[in-house]
Amino acid sequence: MTNSWTDIKNTDLVLIMGGNAAEAHPCGFKWVTEAMQQRKAKLIVVDPRFTRSAAVADYYAPIRVGTDIAFLAGVINYLLSKDRIHLDYVKLNTDATFLTKEGYAFEDGFFSGYNGERRSYDKSTWGYQTGKDGYVLTDDTLQNPLCVFQQMKKHYARYTPELVSRITGTPQDQFLKVCEMLAATSAPDKVMTICYALGWTQHTVGSQNIRTMAMIQLLLGNMGRPGGGVNALRGHANVQGITDMCAYSEVLSGYLSAPTDADDTRAKYLETRTGKPLRPNQMAFTQNFPKWHTSLMKAYYGNAATKDNQFAYDWLPKRDAAYDILAMFERMHQGKMNGFLCQGFNPLAAVPNKKKLSAGLAKLKFLVVMDPLETETSEFWKNYGPLNDVDPTKIATEVFRFPTSCFAEETGTFTNSSRVISWKEKAVDPPGLAKPDSEIIARLFVKLREMYAKDGGTLPEPIAALNWPYINASAPHPAELLREINGRALADVMSPPDPKNPAAPPTVLVKAGDQLPGFAMLRDDGSTSCGNWIYAGCWGPTGNLTARRDNSDPTGLGVFPNWGFAWPANRRILYNRASADANGKPWDPSRKYLAWNGSSWAGGADIPDIRPDAAPEQGVGAFIMNPEGVARLHAVGMAEGPFPEHYEPFETPVGVNLMCPTNAKAVSNPAARVYKGDLEAFGRKEEFPYAATTYRLTEHLHYWTKHSRSNAIVQPAPFVEIGVDLAKEKGIRQGDRVRVKSNRGEVVAACVVTKRMKALDVNGKKVHHVGIPIHWGFKGVTQNGYLANALTPFVGDANSQTPEFKAFLVNIEKA
Amino acid sequence: MARMLQRYSDSERMNHWFIALTFVLAGLSGLAFFHPAFFFFVNLFGGGSWARILHPLLGLLMVAGFALLFAKLWRDNLINAADHEWRKKMGEMLRGNKAAMPPVGKYNFGQKVTFWAMAISLAVLLVTGVMFWRPWFAPLFPIGLLRVAVLLHSIAAVVLILSTIMHVYAAIWVKGTLRAMTRGTVTEGWAQVNHPLWHEQVSKGN
Amino acid sequence: MSSLQSLDVVARSATTLPTPQIRTAAPHVAKLIDESKCIGCKACQVACMNWNDLRDDIGNNVGVYDNPSDLTPSSWTVMKFFEVEPTEGNLEWLIRKDGCMHCEDPGCLKACPSPGAIVKYANGIVDFVSENCIGCGYCVKGCPFDVPRISQKDNKAYKCTLCSDRVSVGLEPACVKTCPTGAISYGTKDDMVAYGNRRAEELKERGHQNAGLYNPEGVGGTHVMYVLKHADKPQLEDLPANPSVSPLVSLWKGTTKPLAVASMLGAMVLGFFHYMKVGPIEEKEKTEKEGA
Repeated sequence: MTNSWTDIKNTDLVLIMGGNAAEAHPCGFKWVTEAMQQRKAKLIVVDPRFTRSAAVADYYAPIRVGTDIAFLAGVINYLLSKDRIHLDYVKLNTDATFLTKEGYAFEDGFFSGYNGERRSYDKSTWGYQTGKDGYVLTDDTLQNPLCVFQQMKKHYARYTPELVSRITGTPQDQFLKVCEMLAATSAPDKVMTICYALGWTQHTVGSQNIRTMAMIQLLLGNMGRPGGGVNALRGHANVQGITDMCAYSEVLSGYLSAPTDADDTRAKYLETRTGKPLRPNQMAFTQNFPKWHTSLMKAYYGNAATKDNQFAYDWLPKRDAAYDILAMFERMHQGKMNGFLCQGFNPLAAVPNKKKLSAGLAKLKFLVVMDPLETETSEFWKNYGPLNDVDPTKIATEVFRFPTSCFAEETGTFTNSSRVISWKEKAVDPPGLAKPDSEIIARLFVKLREMYAKDGGTLPEPIAALNWPYINASAPHPAELLREINGRALADVMSPPDPKNPAAPPTVLVKAGDQLPGFAMLRDDGSTSCGNWIYAGCWGPTGNLTARRDNSDPTGLGVFPNWGFAWPANRRILYNRASADANGKPWDPSRKYLAWNGSSWAGGADIPDIRPDAAPEQGVGAFIMNPEGVARLHAVGMAEGPFPEHYEPFETPVGVNLMCPTNAKAVSNPAARVYKGDLEAFGRKEEFPYAATTYRLTEHLHYWTKHSRSNAIVQPAPFVEIGVDLAKEKGIRQGDRVRVKSNRGEVVAACVVTKRMKALDVNGKKVHHVGIPIHWGFKGVTQNGYLANALTPFVGDANSQTPEFKAFLVNIEKA
Repeated sequence: MARMLQRYSDSERMNHWFIALTFVLAGLSGLAFFHPAFFFFVNLFGGGSWARILHPLLGLLMVAGFALLFAKLWRDNLINAADHEWRKKMGEMLRGNKAAMPPVGKYNFGQKVTFWAMAISLAVLLVTGVMFWRPWFAPLFPIGLLRVAVLLHSIAAVVLILSTIMHVYAAIWVKGTLRAMTRGTVTEGWAQVNHPLWHEQVSKGN
Repeated sequence: MSSLQSLDVVARSATTLPTPQIRTAAPHVAKLIDESKCIGCKACQVACMNWNDLRDDIGNNVGVYDNPSDLTPSSWTVMKFFEVEPTEGNLEWLIRKDGCMHCEDPGCLKACPSPGAIVKYANGIVDFVSENCIGCGYCVKGCPFDVPRISQKDNKAYKCTLCSDRVSVGLEPACVKTCPTGAISYGTKDDMVAYGNRRAEELKERGHQNAGLYNPEGVGGTHVMYVLKHADKPQLEDLPANPSVSPLVSLWKGTTKPLAVASMLGAMVLGFFHYMKVGPIEEKEKTEKEGA
């Protein structure tokens, strides 16, 4: 979330799209009901299904799965063509005035630079024109046809309400009603928040779904403001923490882009990642990248990381290829993997195309499953009749099951969607031989280190030299870990030279050995160590701030500054400089969050997201992480184009992209990675005519709570949902057992026939949806069921590789 | 010694007393649920739950017993023209003026009415009782219907009890009646006074 | 649940004794369920089963979101989902938390034959005292809302206690405590009526013209109330429009009771006096005459 859960209460309008907050985030949803009751905020829900969120909404509009960009692009067109944007905000806080390169073009579904063979773009024609001074050229009048504003206007003018309705199936009047409600928040004193979740991410255009919305929020002037923002609702209690701390091959802790094969030296690695201001006076905060990275290396390798050995840069793995979960299983499926350590993860249930996963797991020599529960993955080799129809005699994979503690059985922290890190003590001891994950990993490490010490090996240093300062090497205490993550001074941290008085002797900011108060103290000379720069300050010199439980809210704006610790720097709303106008006055005086008091931004409701002494006339932008200092309407970083464009899901019930009906190669995301074999496994609309989507129910958490009796009682058995029309066509009645088939597998379950899923009129044809909740499997105390991911396609988002669980094709019949 | 006439066979007598016994037990347990003042009757059955469990079984036994008796006696209890005569003079009967009453057969009109009242109320009790017999049949019926059933059950029970009070009182009032059920025989004199036509009939048969 | 202090009991089933009425300062309590804020998450169901140590059977899906699909002896509250179109084409998904309404004039208590198996406390809570329950099912017939359920296991009636045990020590009911959206509130009846009416007004401002408080007069008002979006049509959500204790039940446990007792006792008394006045009918005279 750019904002926080508690901030939702400040909003005037809540849009829930690409998520179902009431269903999946009932506790956080209280802030929506709070806003509705106290601020008279309105709630809009746009979803293929009339969801539990829709049940309490003021307005609901249906949409076909996988067409969110078309819908939102239509909104952008509405805002731009009707001049319903917050223009002052847009000029101040976005790249609207920036001039794009001359060679940039978009034609027939492709942006300039497309390479069909490699399914990727040469992005050299994307991005901004720069002047001789290295700064971007701008046009403050917004009239230059090359300026981002005009390019954007041109790009989205194609999304007429009529065409949007034909693509999305949303009736035109309903689409326009939503547009109008959203447009109303372009007023400087009105703010909208958007809550989304996996309904946007789990698409082959997932990242662009979110970007389109971010563009709308920028055009409406709703970013960085109380009650605004683009808010990702995270699905696990600590999935934000996992993302922050890094469990990906692409990034190191704190979203530091990990080195690749091309980054053969530290200098090269740092250079490509260190930002330089693209406009005068911008903070371009990523210019501190070397400090963050060097401190991280000091945390990894301690004294073994020295200036002389480039702070152990060579010991870092250099990524040679993709290692996302789809790539991993592809490799496994090709028989190129021997072992798989599967920690707190049930991939057989949670990754698409179960058949492929099962075949992949069967090719392993060993599989280690660390989990508090008996997962399906750990029994992938066992025959459960049609639910898991495998032949154990043909599977040689050796499976080890390590019981781990669950969240209530271990001390540590959660990081929630609001980026708030909360310390908690364990409530009970884990049962039996179960151990915390950290202890299992530590024991494994200690053993490996012993083996390297004894037997040697190729390049033993990355293991042998690892900094392991814990009192009990086999069981690091969570407090030790969090202190290490926060970071400390290895030598006295001195103040930088004062530009006004260069002769003054530097003062000691942090004494050697002390915990660091924040990331501003990090140095790139090896004098500081920090396990995650964005967490710096969480356990500073004053102690463990994540354990704070002060629920006072001095400003009444839902900030709760002394409850836990929000990264970065205990800031509760990101980009909060944007809550004030060019002169530093809040856009809405009734929601005074941050203001320039003549000498400083401090003293407001929140920690300023800008250098506190940056006077408004200096023009320091609110989006400090971007070298341009403003938010990007035109983003070069995206794989499939600088402006989000509608592409159909890889399994489309329409078969054609109405935005470029003649280009068969741009039906679906042209930059998405598709493996051989998976392409053939896509189903066609002739055989599988219904648009399907998978989702979660409020009664369950993923594949966990089917092991819990209380949850099983309130939602005991697998089901699928279809509309009344489709049921009638198929002769299916309430509660009948039905068989849902995709080109990859099938699911048999009870059928919920509902008025809440209506056939949509898409391009003149009726499109029916089939809804498939995911929570059942062949382990647990609920009724057993088929794994929903037997159906889903093995293809992911072009940027994040998040699988397309939300839009695929199926057929349905009475079982 | 006066001459004795056989009025009931042994099996009929046993049947009668079986009904009487089950009536008392079903009645007491039923009354306990009907009015708090009678709730203490449940103690005779081992408490409330046992009374609740036993009551329908006792009721069924009573109905079964009555069904046997009914099969044997229903013809004798068909109301005929002579009964209307008797009914008109019922006031005389109540005043004890037996002599004013027209001669009757095996049963007089009062007895017949009691018989039918019992038969009908038992039928109602059976049907309605089964309907809300927990835990077996109650779940099969809608609550609205069950409310009608409990009300009818209560009313039928009251009718049955009132009929029985009358029945018992008549037996006490008309001396010599009781032995018909304790020994199976009545005196000829009793028969001549109370059921002259029946007396004639059985005498002829001899 | 049983009462902690007999003074708290202001009505008791099947009793001929007057119940204590002196404790008048105890405020009436009430739970208010604001349907407009309910998302049907069933947290209240889980809180109820956890607080009360209940675990229902793991059932099946019968084609709806409702699970368990109805109240049971082990599920004292369940969420009921209604897909309705109050006006043509305008789908609404109404979600109602079903459970005991805690009537001011409780039909269950009226119908119950077992002394003290059902009580009403001074604060308005209607509670089943299970040890006194004999399993007759009369409460089921007495209830205008079809709430009590009788267990097949122990043949006792069960329903929501409004967490009388929690309430008696100053806590709110478990469902109120757990409700994530603030859809369930708890307080004095007066406060809840005022709050409910205010919410109804707010909902009217939002465009729900028929919003209103469901606190039916026919049962003397209830200690569980709803704010309904369509208070004019509670039937949309399977709630009776004008609930009252069925006249059949009133007749059965009202008028019939004294009448029947009077008639039975009267018949016996009548018989006694008749005998004394008229004397027995005896055969003697005649037989003696004949024998003579």
